[in-house]
This record gives sequence, structure tokens and C-alpha cells, in this order.
Amino acid sequence: MEVREYYGKKIILIDEEGKRTDGRSWNELRPVRMRVGVLERADGSALVEMGKTKVLVAVYGPREVMPRHLALPDRAMLRVAYRMATFSVEERKKPQPSRREIELSKIIKEALEPAILLEEMPRTVIDIYALVLQADGGTRVASVNAASLALADAGIPMKGLVAAVAVGRIGNQIIVDLNDIEDKYGDSDLPIAMLLPSEEITLLQMDGIMTSEQFEIALREAKKAILTLYEMQRKALRERYLMIREEVSAGRGV
Amino acid sequence: MIPELKRELVSKIERENILSLLKIGKRLDGRTLLEQRPLKIVPNLIEKADGSAYVELGKTKVLVGVKVSLAKPFPDLPDKGVFVVNAEFNPIASPFFELGPPSDYAVEIARIVDRAIRSSEMIDLEELAIIPGKLVWMLNIDIYAIDDDGNLIDAAMYGAVSAILSGTLPKVEIINEEKEEIEVIKEERIPIPTRDFPVSFTFAKIEDYLILDPTHMEENLMSGRLTIAINSKNNICTIQKGEGGGFKLEDVLRARDIAIQKADELRNKIANQIALGSRGEESWQKILEG
Repeated sequence: MEVREYYGKKIILIDEEGKRTDGRSWNELRPVRMRVGVLERADGSALVEMGKTKVLVAVYGPREVMPRHLALPDRAMLRVAYRMATFSVEERKKPQPSRREIELSKIIKEALEPAILLEEMPRTVIDIYALVLQADGGTRVASVNAASLALADAGIPMKGLVAAVAVGRIGNQIIVDLNDIEDKYGDSDLPIAMLLPSEEITLLQMDGIMTSEQFEIALREAKKAILTLYEMQRKALRERYLMIREEVSAGRGV
Repeated sequence: MIPELKRELVSKIERENILSLLKIGKRLDGRTLLEQRPLKIVPNLIEKADGSAYVELGKTKVLVGVKVSLAKPFPDLPDKGVFVVNAEFNPIASPFFELGPPSDYAVEIARIVDRAIRSSEMIDLEELAIIPGKLVWMLNIDIYAIDDDGNLIDAAMYGAVSAILSGTLPKVEIINEEKEEIEVIKEERIPIPTRDFPVSFTFAKIEDYLILDPTHMEENLMSGRLTIAINSKNNICTIQKGEGGGFKLEDVLRARDIAIQKADELRNKIANQIALGSRGEESWQKILEG
């Protein structure tokens, strides 16, 4: 049982039966839904829902770099903008990008970069726009999951897909796929992304405290969850490709 | 400066195809000239918002959220609440949108929606006053373009009115009026007080043809754009002519007649979909189905 006090209010993070705030067990993912190719105008797109966290991603490119002098002579440039809708959080978020949004844009970009064969598309840019429609913890990992799908949907050459999850600690208990309450009142938070099938870690952050043993358990549990999410991504892409095949054979175009 | 509603080059063959269809009263997607695309509204899908609506007008998609907060009233309107309409055209919706502060196109659309809501007196602003002169509710109505396949104006308008109509305010108890002490009871909620609701119709002019609800491809070809909003008394509550090119007086009057003629049916369509609306997770299954 793990209880935290906040301004005299009791928050039960883990109850006597070991259930979490939303009834999950310690290593259970929230209900995940992934849909690919949801937007008309973008070259690639995906909507990923991890519980109440909902992220929409659009990909454009490879396209001409504007302004032109930013173009790289030997590879494509990758740009990521992670933004939260004003109504995605409890208190209205101001539309101007916060320092947090700027940092997350950068680390999401760096999480995806190793997956893309950038050197095959010199002097171009690939733009990724992630919009958090509703935030309930794990928005950066949901953005990574959605961005991988949107890149694949756009037909960008890739080495594999990047899947991501946040793990954390409440007391002595490691938990998988943190929601907002667990993120706020838990003891640590460790978002992690992995390129698959090569199993390289491409995003790793932590705040809070963990012992080295806890850290190892967290990493191993994260990997299990990431492999589950990877299978979901592959399934979502397959569904999209089947839909395209049906549309083409029906002569409707895409 | 690159205008947001940037025209793409339309090939001669496509242009001629569209024009030859218009000549026989048809359009690329099978509509007649004065027919709107199918409208789908999913209310209250954002649990963190105080009101929200997802709108699909054909393939154009918009998401609107309303957030309420406590604020000081304007000194010249001490007994009235405040609302602010803002539009964010993130590049997610179109390759022509850019990051950064709202473009002139986004500002124009937000202001058209604002004017229609204000002129029709849709929101009962007096009811939003908690302690007149001191404390009122402020409504932030934020419009996000999700996919721009033309006519973002009407999609934004339907989204904004739907988000307001499905929105709620927390109940407030005044403890001490002098000291502005109040208690906000978040769990008990009342509907946002409304009196009316406006609907808009946007027309495009291509050569001599007046068409309703243009797609992105039709926007590429249009010379002018005309938006007319109608309140429930069938009065006109907002007009906006946009883009270069002009309209003849007869065209404007014709657009007015069509808008008035179609207003009630559309208002019912919106109200019905809001009434049918599910909430939260159920709503999410209905959006971006493809």
C-alpha cells in the first residue's frame, strides 16, 4: 500500500490489493489504441491513445528545406515540434511553446533519428509535428510511438520502428506506463524508447531517485512493455496497408 | 510573406474538369453547387476541457476546446463575463501552415467566429458574472485545425458553438462578497448559459459560379470567399468577404437567401448530434475513423 499526502488530501497510489489508481496491476499497460493514416493533408499520420493520453502526429517530407541554407549536404534534416493543445491539461496551457515543449521536441527528435535512413535523402527535411490532444502522463512516449507510425505511413525509409514507454517507482514498487497522478506523486519517472528490432535505446531520461537494482528492474520491465507496444505498432501498420490495398483494388485511390 | 491560404498550382486538365462539372451543376465529389459536405460532430471527448467538440466537415477536421477560469471583468463591462476565441493552425493540418504565432488567416477565422458568437448573443454573459464588478467567468475557446481540406471557417464555427453548447461551468458559492471569497464546487456543474446559436455558411466564387462549402481544391480556384452567419431568428449576425476578387450585389443577396434557407436545418443537425453525443472514451472511438 502506498499513500501520499498532498495539502491534507490522501492519494492512494497503490491499494492493499496492489492495484493502482486506475485499477491496473504494477506491470500493466493502459488500453492502447493506434490508428495510422488518419489525416488527409499530411504525408503520414497517426493517432496513438495510451489510456486518456491522446497524441496526433503528422509527418511531411522528405521535402525541400526552407530556408535553403539550413539543408545538409550529406543527409536529410529531421525537425520535430511537440506541442500541447491548450485544453489538453487541467489549467489552460498558453499557446506559446514552453521550455518543456522545446526540450521534449529535441529529445523526441533524437529518439527517432537513429531509426531513419537520413543519408539516403540529402538536402531535404522531414518535419514531424506532434500535437497532444489530451495529457494524462506519458505524452512524450506516446508521441514517439505515434511519430514512428506516421514516418512509416509517409513511406520514409527506416531501419525499424521506435517504441516507447514510461516506467517508474512508487515506494519499493516498479510500475509500468505511468499515468498523470503516478507521474506527479510517484517517486521516480523513467521514459525510455527503443529502436526495434535492433533493441538500441534511443531515449532515456529519469527524474526522481532509484537504486541501481530498481533501475535494472525498471529497464527490464520497460523492454517487455516496449516489445508489446512494438507488436501493436506493426499490427496498426498492417491494418493501414490492408486498407490501402482494398482502396486501390476498389479503384478509389488513397 | 507567404499567405497561409496559399494557392497550389492547379493543372489545366483539373481546372477544366472542375469548370465543366460546374457548368452542369456538379462538383468533383458529386455534390451540387449549393450542397454542404456531410457534417459529423462528436461532443465532449476532451475530459480535461470544460467543453469540447470534434468536427468533420467532409475531410476537413477541427477540434475545439473550452476552458473556464476566474477573471476580473473589463472595467467598462463590470457585470459581464468574458470570452476569448483563439485559433491555432498547427502544421499538422496542412503543409502550408507554419509554427509560431497565429497567422493572419488564423486570426481572421478566430475573429469571424468571435463576432458570430458575440453578435448573436449566444453566451449569456451576465450569467457569467459571479460578483459583478469583481469576479467573472472567463471562457477560452481554442480552435485547433486538424486537417484542412477546405472551408476551415465553417468547421471552426460549428466546432466552437458545439463546444460551448456541450460545455459546463463549476458551481460557485459566494462566501463573502466584500472580500471576494468564493468556493468553487468542481464536482457540481451547470451548463454554460446560452440563449441562441449562430450557424455560418461559406461560399466560394469560381468564375461566375457561386458554390457552398468549398474543398481545398476548390479554394485553389476561387476568386472570392463569402461567409454569412445566421442566428436563430434568421437574422444575419456576421458577414465576412475574404480573398481577392469581388462579388456582385446579386451574388451577395443570393448567398444570404441560401444561408437563411439552410440555417434551421443545419442548426437542428448540430443540436441533434450534440444531444446524441457520448463522452470521453466512447467519443474517441468515433473520431478519425478514416
